[in-house]
Amino acid sequence: MEARRASRTVSDPKVRHVGFFTPDPNPQPGWNPLASDPPVSNSLSPVIIPPPRQPADRTAAVPVPETGVRRQTGADQVPVGSYNPSESLLGSSPVPSSPSSRVGLAGGEFSEESNGWFRRSDSGKFASSLPDTMVERAPENSASAAPVLESKKSVEATGKGGKAVVEEQNEVQSSSKPLKAKTTKAERRALQEAQRAAKASGKEGNKSAAVSQGAAPVKPVKQPSQKKDGPPVSVSVSVSVVSFDKKGGDRPPEKERKKDVPAPRMQFDDKSRVQKAKKHAVVKQTEARNRVELFRHLPQYEHGTQLPDLESKFFQLDPVHPAIYKVGLQYLAGDISGGNARCIAMLQAFKEAIEDYSTPQEKTLARDLTAKISSYVSFFIECRPLSIGMGNAIRFLKTRISDLPLTLSESEAKAALCSDIEHFINEKIILADKVIVRHAVTKIRDGDVLLAYGSSCVVEMILLYAHEMGKQFRVVVVDSRPKLEGQALLRRLVAKGLSCTYSHINALSYIMHEVTKVFLGAASVLSNGTVYSRVGTASVAMVANAFHVPVLICCEAYKFHERVQLDSICFNELGDPDAIAKVSGRTDVNYLNNWANKENLQLLNLMYDATPSDYISMIVTDYGMIPPTSVPVIVREYRRDHVFI
Amino acid sequence: MDFQVVVLAGGTAKNLIPLVSKEVPKALLPVANRPVLSYVLEHLEQSNLKDLIVVVEGQEAAALVGNWISGAYVDRLHVEVAAVPEDVGTAGSLRAIAHHLTAKDIMVVSGDLVSDVPPGAVAAAHRRHDAVVTAMLSSAPVSGPSESGSSTGKDKTKKPGRYNIIGLDPTRQFLLYIATGAEVEKDIRIQKSILRAVGQMEIRADLMDAHLYAFKRSVLQEVLDQKDTFHSLKQDVLPYLVRSQLKSEVLLNGAPQTEENGNQKVNSQSNQVTLSGILANASTPSFHQLSELGTNGSTRRTHKCCVYIADNSKYCMRLNSIQAFSDINRDVIGEASRLSGYSFSPQNNIIHPSAELGLKTTVGPHCMLGEGSQMGDKCSVKRSVIGRHCRIGSNVKVANSVIMNHVTIGDGCSIQGSVICSNVQLQERVNLKDCQVGAGFVVTAGSDCKGEALAKKEK
Repeated sequence: MEARRASRTVSDPKVRHVGFFTPDPNPQPGWNPLASDPPVSNSLSPVIIPPPRQPADRTAAVPVPETGVRRQTGADQVPVGSYNPSESLLGSSPVPSSPSSRVGLAGGEFSEESNGWFRRSDSGKFASSLPDTMVERAPENSASAAPVLESKKSVEATGKGGKAVVEEQNEVQSSSKPLKAKTTKAERRALQEAQRAAKASGKEGNKSAAVSQGAAPVKPVKQPSQKKDGPPVSVSVSVSVVSFDKKGGDRPPEKERKKDVPAPRMQFDDKSRVQKAKKHAVVKQTEARNRVELFRHLPQYEHGTQLPDLESKFFQLDPVHPAIYKVGLQYLAGDISGGNARCIAMLQAFKEAIEDYSTPQEKTLARDLTAKISSYVSFFIECRPLSIGMGNAIRFLKTRISDLPLTLSESEAKAALCSDIEHFINEKIILADKVIVRHAVTKIRDGDVLLAYGSSCVVEMILLYAHEMGKQFRVVVVDSRPKLEGQALLRRLVAKGLSCTYSHINALSYIMHEVTKVFLGAASVLSNGTVYSRVGTASVAMVANAFHVPVLICCEAYKFHERVQLDSICFNELGDPDAIAKVSGRTDVNYLNNWANKENLQLLNLMYDATPSDYISMIVTDYGMIPPTSVPVIVREYRRDHVFI
Repeated sequence: MDFQVVVLAGGTAKNLIPLVSKEVPKALLPVANRPVLSYVLEHLEQSNLKDLIVVVEGQEAAALVGNWISGAYVDRLHVEVAAVPEDVGTAGSLRAIAHHLTAKDIMVVSGDLVSDVPPGAVAAAHRRHDAVVTAMLSSAPVSGPSESGSSTGKDKTKKPGRYNIIGLDPTRQFLLYIATGAEVEKDIRIQKSILRAVGQMEIRADLMDAHLYAFKRSVLQEVLDQKDTFHSLKQDVLPYLVRSQLKSEVLLNGAPQTEENGNQKVNSQSNQVTLSGILANASTPSFHQLSELGTNGSTRRTHKCCVYIADNSKYCMRLNSIQAFSDINRDVIGEASRLSGYSFSPQNNIIHPSAELGLKTTVGPHCMLGEGSQMGDKCSVKRSVIGRHCRIGSNVKVANSVIMNHVTIGDGCSIQGSVICSNVQLQERVNLKDCQVGAGFVVTAGSDCKGEALAKKEK
């Protein structure tokens, strides 16, 4: 563990960007293929998984004229700023004295790779790696990606052209350059026409031969460019590129959105949508006025008005089952908090609701019950945003409902679902916790000083179990305002006879030097290894890392999610801002009374933060102890397992 | 939502004589020309509670109330009127109808409550904490607003506006102590055990038990069965439950209910223990759970007594005294006019179109003039309710008063702060101040009364 930590630099931007959707890492080789040495390209290779390589000779065989044309297309559409580097690149291309053919080949290779990557990104990326939050923005993203693609292409093409100049130095080169200069006008006109045609083809079904090629997948597009040469063909190629970009930008995400991706998360800075959502909301919520600019997209309501409103509607809410209502009320009032407890409470409420459920006439259980559950879920969301673990549990339940055999009678189906829910609670939460405890306890040695932050039920179980086993260790409980959950943990630990130290997070760096291990809970673990947890966890992990103290995250696998998140901004939860304005037990500290009336003051009470995987030594989960890089494996391999217990 | 509602409409309350009589039980006393019971029923109806049990003391009163309900709410509410013998008290009434109660929780509402506090809020608080009883508290009414100080000044000095003494925990969600009735005047005796468990208690005298309770049915029935001597919910059952909340006896016999308190499962399955452990740790433990665990390891059974404190902006008042009767009448047409269900004229008063006003007669704001009433010339009416078919002569001054139906008032009368029941005849130049005149009474010409209760000697 020590060695690994030493080898790793914490703030390595390249590592941090691993796996995240952004065009930034990719253009690097495209922009300066010469500067990019083989090692760099190797380090990036996990990011850009190259498609099965086309034979290298293909790039070499690409006739130069075509590249010139391509460059024209790029110049046509890309602003001048992005054109310039390619020029400079051209100028610098003869510099390498190493076998220039190799360099040219490398450039070609990169262009191929990036093209492939981008193509895949258009179709596959949005389905898999793009987080749900982004779906709404997907069209814009793809649209913004498209010009990048083009500009890059142009650059690559020119780069290639330049290298071709270097390596071959024959009459092809001489023909290519004048061609570039001469054909400009004619080419442009042809190109414009072709573009128009492509646009039209995008809308209508009728296509000319060239356009139909453009609409076809990528490979057929490439082949004609290989076979033929000369201006007309190159025009068709350019058309194909353009039209492809259009398609890539617009169509696939749209289709995907309809089919696979769950409904996009509400962006609460979008007024019209918020209005629409309000119409069928159960809980009447007035939005808080002084919201922090950066977090406008998150729901924030005036706390204190929701509860009385929901309470007063107690008898009006016919469709909501009493058990559901009770749990929702407890979420809203903050009586239940903590990922596991909320999930268990929700599942138990679902169980009760299913037990009392009877299928109405002329409806099938699977469909009607799913709709019912969905309405309950939206009620819960109104009470408090769901945690990721809860989302997984809901997904599990819904699949179980939809997978029910039609032959089952209603009572049998209900019994099956109830036992499924029981199974989930027992196996995914309680047994998982026990397994985690068994695993984690092996890491506690006599004389250890363990640090726990906030109040995580798994961490508490670990500490208590280790204490029961007779291990000699000390616990430092670090806490933070405004919830001070650590005090509850502290009380229970002290009651069991553990020797504890209690401190607040601002004293963290002072206490950290005596700590030997840090145990943290998590609300969710995301597939890039980011740990999403109670706010403050990231700073604890960071400080621990700075002190070379191993950080162990304890999280049940049902809280894992395939989403990728780099910051705690795009997806978070806002708590009651009043909570941080008040100091409990000190009524005389009232400087922030009536803060809501002050226009120029906004309070931010974030609930969660994202801890980058660099700070995490190990994740203890019910499938064993894994490094944060292995989270995607768990997510991938056991996803089926989530669904089919 | 698995709630059953019981409206305790009472019978002929003694403290409202001479306003109530055999013909007009307490539930049918008019408030702004509507029986007081209608306020409760319509309030419940708004909350979508349409299956009600109305308990009335006394057969005749029950018949009267039943007739009225079936006439007024025949197609809107499903009301069952149950008659219980007189003087059984509220606890006795519930005992008598116990076999009707089946739902998980029972909501008990007093029939004389005039309020716009949503009953759902009480029910929700009850469910949220899984409480045994939840009581609604409202801020105690200040008797008589300042503008009518002259008329009610005396009552103010008599009544210190203290109805209950209530002890709350720091979060103001749990009821730790309650003194009602005669106990209010005595010394406060608080159990050490509760105080020790909670650590801090807030004692309030400005809150009033509004007599709207949510009970867990099993517990309520058990208490009523075991304690035969309990007469009143407010004075016996509620204080008993509050007193015994940390050494609960009620749940010992109610086997099925122990299941509902998640932390009371002593299940052999370790999974269940872990499960309840997670759930218990998730919330900040209430003092109940802490004292349950105790220091000596022995688990004690507890139950929770919750309160719902009505917002100050809501109106909440019980018609349980003559003073309250005039206050409610004044408020319903005045500041709490949203309760009355009438639409007010631009002059802020309600004058029925069929009412006839004489020359130079003024009806001020916050007044109500019922159907078919006639007023002579040069009268003035201020902040008063006048019922149906009253005949009022000339030069009559009415202020801060309630005049019920079919009252005849002669010329030159002056009525201040008084309640005049139906069929009363006031002859000329009668001067009444702070008086109550019972039904059918005849006040002779020229009498001058102050602070008297005038009623026919019955029997």
